[in-house]
Amino acid sequence: MVTIPPDDTPLRRFTPAERWIHRGTAALLGTTMITAAFLYLPGLGEILGRRALLVTVHEWSGVLALIPVLAGLLSRAFRADLARLNRFGPHDRGWLRATLRRLPRPAGKFNTGQKMYAALAAGAVLVMTGTGLILWFPHLTPLVTRIGATFVHDWGALLLGALVAGHIWIASNDPEARAGLRTGFVSRSWARHHHALWEREDHDG
Amino acid sequence: MAGMSAPEPDSDDRGGRPVGRRIVLGVLALGAAGVALGARVQDATDGALAAVAANDPTGLTGLLPGGGGFRFYSVADAIPHRFPGDYRLTVDGLVERPATYTMDQLAGMPRTRLVRDVQCVTGWRVPQTAFTGVLLSDLLAAAGVRPGATALRFTCFDGVYTESLTLEQALRPDMLVADRMRDEAITDAHGGPVRLYAAPMYFYKSAKWLSGITVTDHVTPGYWEERGYDIDGWVGSSNGRGDDPT
Repeated sequence: MVTIPPDDTPLRRFTPAERWIHRGTAALLGTTMITAAFLYLPGLGEILGRRALLVTVHEWSGVLALIPVLAGLLSRAFRADLARLNRFGPHDRGWLRATLRRLPRPAGKFNTGQKMYAALAAGAVLVMTGTGLILWFPHLTPLVTRIGATFVHDWGALLLGALVAGHIWIASNDPEARAGLRTGFVSRSWARHHHALWEREDHDG
Repeated sequence: MAGMSAPEPDSDDRGGRPVGRRIVLGVLALGAAGVALGARVQDATDGALAAVAANDPTGLTGLLPGGGGFRFYSVADAIPHRFPGDYRLTVDGLVERPATYTMDQLAGMPRTRLVRDVQCVTGWRVPQTAFTGVLLSDLLAAAGVRPGATALRFTCFDGVYTESLTLEQALRPDMLVADRMRDEAITDAHGGPVRLYAAPMYFYKSAKWLSGITVTDHVTPGYWEERGYDIDGWVGSSNGRGDDPT
């Protein structure tokens, strides 16, 4: 009887281009969120002052935050992952209920929560950019639109902040997922445990 | 797959329905609806949130948008600070007796206390806030307004903020040079030690860090008015808003 040892060659999860897209987006969005905190929370704003500078940094890091993803569309691997994030299959149904009860649930390269996060964050970033531009160039719109944009930008900031905080929290509990973004590779055992359907796919090289 | 087992129909996530795109479009639609209706929604939620915030010992709800707290705006790079002992208010321009007031001199004049709602042009409203100080009309009477005067220009020691009122507006009994807010000294962040309090107008008219009143023969638009806000900032009948008067 021959025992075939389990194949534990690392799996490529992200290409260098994808890792740089993630780093660039994280740095720029992080900058908008930190400057936003200083602009919005009275206690922080009063410590630092220098609002004109904070506003400029906030505005430019906000619009530039779209660049890594747009430039990343040149990468075929990134486009393929976007397509995976977009598609919800039968195994995505009931994922939330199963996860809350800590029941195992098969996932492809991205689980349902990651797909939901990607879509919600993408939509929220676009809404924040749009409303932010209205506030950046107030002469282009009537006051009632600016009030609406302020309303959406304020609440959107809270919701997007909560979303990103959750993203970081979950990542902080999974060192190997972080290693996947740092090195591009994950172990087969991790992939089998967290992304069984993806692990079973044909991985050429 | 090495032919060990046939792939299940949903064995990878490259098929399936484009739910992600629908979520993105849904969020965009929600954002657009929020911009279109936000002004009205905010009017409705502000009252409810302010009521909750008023009974919230943690004060956290005050940080929510429209949570009933003041929001901090400064047009200058840093919050200006002036010790009460160093503070001076000058009254000049088209007057018989130009004057400079210290805080003690302001405190020795006839005092007025007004308790009204504070309404910001961006939507937030802080209910029943007390301001105490000297009526503008008393300062103008002491200075003696000369014929031909029609307006006031307010300057501020942050070096940037300016405001204006017509003479007729300034003589109303609810236009105050305030040195106390909520029965305490006004903090730097709230425009202390002395600020204007134009009770019937949107709060941008209530210039912070007031240091000079110049009587003029024409209205000079102030800082916010040069950036699109109405010069006559009556609450409820300016800036395209329909708030209840304060």
